[in-house]
Amino acid sequence: MNSNAPLGAAEQPLPSSRTAVNDRRSAISPVSGWWKKNQRKLAPWAFLAPGCIMFAVYVIAPIFQSIWISFYDWDGIGAKTWIGLGNYAELFDDDVFYTALRNNFLWLALYFLALPAGLFLAIFLNQTILGIRIYKSLFFFPFVISQVVVGLMFSWFYAPDFGLLYRLILAVTGGEVAILADERYVTYGIIAAGLWPQIAYCMILYLAALNNVSKEQIEAGRLDGAKGWRMLWHIVLPQLMPATFIAVVVTIIGALRSFDLVSIMTKGGPYGASTVLSYFMYEQALSEYGFRMGYGAAIAVILFLIMMAFISGFVWRMMRDEKAGG
Amino acid sequence: MFPTPVQHRSTFVQWRYAIAVPAVLFIWLLPLIGVALTSLKPAGDLAAGNYFGWPSHLAFGNYATVFQNSPIGQYILNSFKVTIPTVVGALALSLLAGFALAVYDFRSRLLIFFLFVAGNFVPFQILMVPVRELTLKLGMYDTIGGLIAFHVAFQTGFCTLFMRNFIKAMPFELIESARVEGVSEFRIFWHIVLPLMRPAIAALAVLVFTFVWNDYFWGLVLAQGSHALPVTVGLYSLNGQWVAVWNLISAASLIAALPPVIMFFLMQRHFIAGLTFGATKG
Repeated sequence: MNSNAPLGAAEQPLPSSRTAVNDRRSAISPVSGWWKKNQRKLAPWAFLAPGCIMFAVYVIAPIFQSIWISFYDWDGIGAKTWIGLGNYAELFDDDVFYTALRNNFLWLALYFLALPAGLFLAIFLNQTILGIRIYKSLFFFPFVISQVVVGLMFSWFYAPDFGLLYRLILAVTGGEVAILADERYVTYGIIAAGLWPQIAYCMILYLAALNNVSKEQIEAGRLDGAKGWRMLWHIVLPQLMPATFIAVVVTIIGALRSFDLVSIMTKGGPYGASTVLSYFMYEQALSEYGFRMGYGAAIAVILFLIMMAFISGFVWRMMRDEKAGG
Repeated sequence: MFPTPVQHRSTFVQWRYAIAVPAVLFIWLLPLIGVALTSLKPAGDLAAGNYFGWPSHLAFGNYATVFQNSPIGQYILNSFKVTIPTVVGALALSLLAGFALAVYDFRSRLLIFFLFVAGNFVPFQILMVPVRELTLKLGMYDTIGGLIAFHVAFQTGFCTLFMRNFIKAMPFELIESARVEGVSEFRIFWHIVLPLMRPAIAALAVLVFTFVWNDYFWGLVLAQGSHALPVTVGLYSLNGQWVAVWNLISAASLIAALPPVIMFFLMQRHFIAGLTFGATKG
């Protein structure tokens, strides 16, 4: 707070009355007087303008533009041709769309394993032994590195012939499984790679929350003979609700945003088996397969609607808390 | 404390715990350890089938080779050129916006706030075509500037949410009494609020750095030449170029992962405080 010194030295004359803010108006010259008078009303807009303009131009407007583009047949360069719901009709006839949709829901369902796994790791690490802080940060490592690097690491881990997991499966079962080349396993393989950083994230959320669990309640529970699972379920978990809520939100977003890993590990293959809506969209709009902007936009709109179904619940809850909290 | 502190348990349990933690960590980081070991293997080891054994000698030269035989140095420089201005820009915009949303009472403020919050969660694909068009029109396609402009705008959403809640938690009397003294609104922001924001600024700086450094999608969509490609996209193109030269790919991966890892270790407390903001209070 060292920079507070100039505060009292404001160049404006001090108001005659210190308590009634409105009394200030009288004493001031017309031009700066107008600003002074309206300062409280105009200041928020001046503060908001740069951020709002950038956000509107790059985030809010593009959502509506995408919806608009989804009604056109457009290669991104030539003229746009209005085809109404044509892109959507085609989409609902496209087998790849259903593969992608199914995979998206598989991602969602399996990503939720990150919550119990993260909680388990957090409980496991919530001790105060020598060096535990270093351990905690090393466990958190996967979240800090790029998904591109995670994708490459897991590709290597799964690789046929020399991959560690491949060899492990060969040693245990005698069978050879090339996870990323097998339509049956490929999506699970990619999801497992995605879970690695996601579990780390949930772990950190829960570690922070465990720190704040009320000691009195734990002690009271112990006196009542609660321990282990009962303690966890009846006394600890209810107090972890805020962390669980955030973990749910970031897990849903993470699952539906899955693009990097699919792109890095399989490009949606083999034969489109591991594609998800986000990758399918990119492929249609911007890859060697074509520049079908309208079709891509339609896929994006579907993904957006799925995401909004979840996000609106989240925003609604925040709004409720906001109103309750004043 | 939950679970029961291990110090209160038998010596056997304490020993078991002391062994279990590093063992679980080892399994947890196995893919990473594999890559780190591979990055230090001479090419001959891989040719001879030594994939998981210890390197026959530590080939630190792999790292030099990566820099000599690929534009990775340029890619890393690009990533810094994108990431640092983005951090500064997003923090500046979100400090202002967060202040406005926290301190003033005007009718549309909740609406604007929730637009920032919701915009933050949209899938990137819904933004992709229009943002690419806009960037092309502005002549910023395939430039560092084009990437910065988008990242600043997008990160401002997340940062504003955080800043606004952080300022909201400050004692409001500070601001009120300054107003009564006749201090102008901007001076209140600059001299009263900003100095108190240091922990929030640190937390967001390191988070935004990590998010933007690790971005792959927008690098893919808004850039294509090695003068503008960030290291994530560059790394992937190297992976295509060096098919099965795993020791070099591993080394390049670790180089690309290093800056956010260093940031994390330097600013760990802030990083975690930022990520867990809101996770601990009801």
